[in-house]
Amino acid sequence: MPSIDETLGQYSELFILLAAMAFTVAFIAFCWDLATSSKTIRAVENRLAEERAAQKVPAAVGAGGAPAEAGSGQEVSFEMADESMDYGSERRNAARIGVAVSILATLILAAGVVSRGIAAHRVPWGNMYEFCTTGALVVALVYLVALVKKDLRFLGSFVIGLVVIMLCAAAIGFPTPVAHLVPALQSYWLIIHVSVAVIASALFTLTFAMSVLQLMQSGREARARAGQKDRLAFMRLAPSALTLENVAYRINAVAFVLWTFTLMAGAIWAEKAWGRYWGWDTKEVWTFVIWVVYAGYLHARATRGWTGTRAAWLSIVGYLCVIFNFTIVNVFFSGLHSYSGIQ
Amino acid sequence: MQKDDVELPALGFAGTLRFIWSQLTSMRTALFLLLLLAVAAVPGSLFPQRPANPAVVTQYIKDNPTTGPWLDRFQLFDVYSSVWFSAIYLLLFISLIGCVVPRAIQHWKAMRSQPPRTPRRLSRLPEYGAMALPAGSQVTRDSAVADAARLLKRRGYRVDVRDGGTDRPSVGAERGFFKEVGNLVFHVSLIGVLISVAVGGLFGYRGQKIIVEGESFVNTLVSYDNFTPGSNFHEDRLAPYSMQLDKFEVEFDRESQTHYGQPLDFTATMTTKDSPDAEPEQQILKVNEPLSIGGTNVYLVGNGYAPVVTVRDGDGNVAYQGPVVSVPNDGAYTSTMVIKVPDAKPEQLGFVGFFLPTAVEGEDGVAVGSDPDPFNPRLYLNSYYGDLGLDEGDPKNVYVLDTSELTVLNDRKEEAGGIELGAYESAELPNGMGSITFDGLKRYVALDIDHDPGQGGALVFSTLALLGLGASLFIGRRRVWVRTGTHEDGRTMVEWGLLARGEDPRLEAESAALRKLFEKEWLAADNRPAKNDRDAVGVNES
Repeated sequence: MPSIDETLGQYSELFILLAAMAFTVAFIAFCWDLATSSKTIRAVENRLAEERAAQKVPAAVGAGGAPAEAGSGQEVSFEMADESMDYGSERRNAARIGVAVSILATLILAAGVVSRGIAAHRVPWGNMYEFCTTGALVVALVYLVALVKKDLRFLGSFVIGLVVIMLCAAAIGFPTPVAHLVPALQSYWLIIHVSVAVIASALFTLTFAMSVLQLMQSGREARARAGQKDRLAFMRLAPSALTLENVAYRINAVAFVLWTFTLMAGAIWAEKAWGRYWGWDTKEVWTFVIWVVYAGYLHARATRGWTGTRAAWLSIVGYLCVIFNFTIVNVFFSGLHSYSGIQ
Repeated sequence: MQKDDVELPALGFAGTLRFIWSQLTSMRTALFLLLLLAVAAVPGSLFPQRPANPAVVTQYIKDNPTTGPWLDRFQLFDVYSSVWFSAIYLLLFISLIGCVVPRAIQHWKAMRSQPPRTPRRLSRLPEYGAMALPAGSQVTRDSAVADAARLLKRRGYRVDVRDGGTDRPSVGAERGFFKEVGNLVFHVSLIGVLISVAVGGLFGYRGQKIIVEGESFVNTLVSYDNFTPGSNFHEDRLAPYSMQLDKFEVEFDRESQTHYGQPLDFTATMTTKDSPDAEPEQQILKVNEPLSIGGTNVYLVGNGYAPVVTVRDGDGNVAYQGPVVSVPNDGAYTSTMVIKVPDAKPEQLGFVGFFLPTAVEGEDGVAVGSDPDPFNPRLYLNSYYGDLGLDEGDPKNVYVLDTSELTVLNDRKEEAGGIELGAYESAELPNGMGSITFDGLKRYVALDIDHDPGQGGALVFSTLALLGLGASLFIGRRRVWVRTGTHEDGRTMVEWGLLARGEDPRLEAESAALRKLFEKEWLAADNRPAKNDRDAVGVNES
């Protein structure tokens, strides 16, 4: 077995720390964007409305009530992003900084993850530290790729926030120096099973953020219908609850297929390593629970009375199960999957 | 509430059954059962489970004398074979069958029928497009419909041209039948997986066997340390193979600062014989690389040390000689061991203690293991004499010695002290009860031997399920209608509408793609060859 390059391993850890810091900066930029650009947009809208009103007053002498109606109409219908989620013309400097720093941070993180793989002469996903760092890289990459086509910058503070949490969890919660794999993990199924699990989890992370936003947006829509005050003004950057639900559903459908594959590949590997393809080990139980919850989510979308808010809750519960499966089950439950690397 | 006013109609027996059936097979019930299944699976990860770890369950009940028996009464130590868990998944599968069968019949009919009639107003459909072809072009309303039908067919649509010869001819088209086929295949495959699991449980078996280096195993019922047969198992199903552990090699990490001593590789070299008179064959067994022999798979699931000892009894005769399997408890192979010597005379002897492959003195003078390799192997034992209780016939755990009925000979607290043996050392027991010698050291492997006739089926059905799932989620089932007409000024007018059945995010893109196709067909400057092509196919009139 080729020996571990421990110096490179230390550089890798340094890269990952740097990436965590850079992502924190990006996270702050995205939060700044949510706070300021909603404010700016509102200011611009108000000014435009005033200008329109000012221009209209002389022209609409005959119909004096019209501007007042327009004004009251604006109060009850809150602004929201376009359904297409295409990039608009307005300049959002904070968001631009957020995206630019995220790209830089992702590159640093990629350097960290790849150098760890090179240092260990294997795929860099063999313990909790590595699941977290590789998982964070996949989440960031998926998000950045999605940004190329759609203006999903409203998700930035949520997604990059989760990336920061994952990297902090890796660096503080599960620090593990680079090492060889124990014999139980020395299998090509590690590459297949774990990589697909990480990708599926990354997609579930995105849909979790969308489902949370969907709940906030539908609450906001309800308040708009009731003619109440807009308490979540930054949500004007996000599209309607229905759009969020549809996009989350499409991503969840892909993630569910990948999760099904994870479950199957895990079963095949379990058969190779332990002599049975299914044994209700704690990790298997929770993988199954997650699968059933998301299956429930897909069915909910086709059940009258279960779309919308309820489906969003199922998606959130599913993601909480993913988190539970990854953290609590790995660390505190004994089972055959106890290779968190934590002593 | 005006509950009293509501009069329930009398359903009768058949009506009630039909009502229950329709409730059970409704989507809402299926969803409820699914979520219930998820919740019901959780306790199995919170409490120890008998099939995986019966000893832990026994210990748990002993440690929790009040709650333990109650948990047991509710089958929380056998969650996945419990009445309530089985009830949920069986109901779920009945609901699934009740849902799938009518849908399959309906889909079978849909696949054999023509696309539905063209709606009167296509502009009301979710996606709509229209274009006008200049009056001078060769395209008439009938040829345009034929063109559209051909183009749609090439795109994988089933097409049906209707109203040919009238002034508003149209074509109806539908594609994506495999979406529903995939959906049905997925659900039916789940039933297949369940049946495969049941087949494995009925006809399979699973056993455990520990083999010390140099020893061998013959595949008969008595040879197993532990054997779990399926409910329909017969002893004559065991293939008469045998295998011997020639040597077992381990490799530990000697380079890493942080993971020093972590295992890197376990390799067992086995000599196997398919039957008593077959040629012996040498094979390698590793973790993740099981051996296949006689319809079973043999897995390397554990390993440890078996110190070789010789025990002489009070009469001076050898009462036991051979390796004793010790059970490792940590990464340094700090192992517990028990030696029972029922043949010792005049009193039976028992030993309980530790084996350390590399013993070093810890802070408080107690020896601790520091390395998994045997650099300084030592035995630390207490000894007892008395009736070991092995003659009564009921099975006893070989790794546990109940010392409550025995008399202590050696112990740290006794005058004689505990027994400490380095390699090749001997110790005399007090009162002339005998002696023990540490003669050598062997390694052993713990094997799982498994026969599961259902696992091939489970693999096939779960693969089918995955393919079906992909088809049902990613194929778009959609209908397209194209209608043409001639404007008063001679232009040929074409309009089309699209309708998705179920979730289809690409409907808009499909409409755009159709527009592109039509423009290329009818408006491009070089549309003449395409026209000849069409004539050659002969779909002008249909």
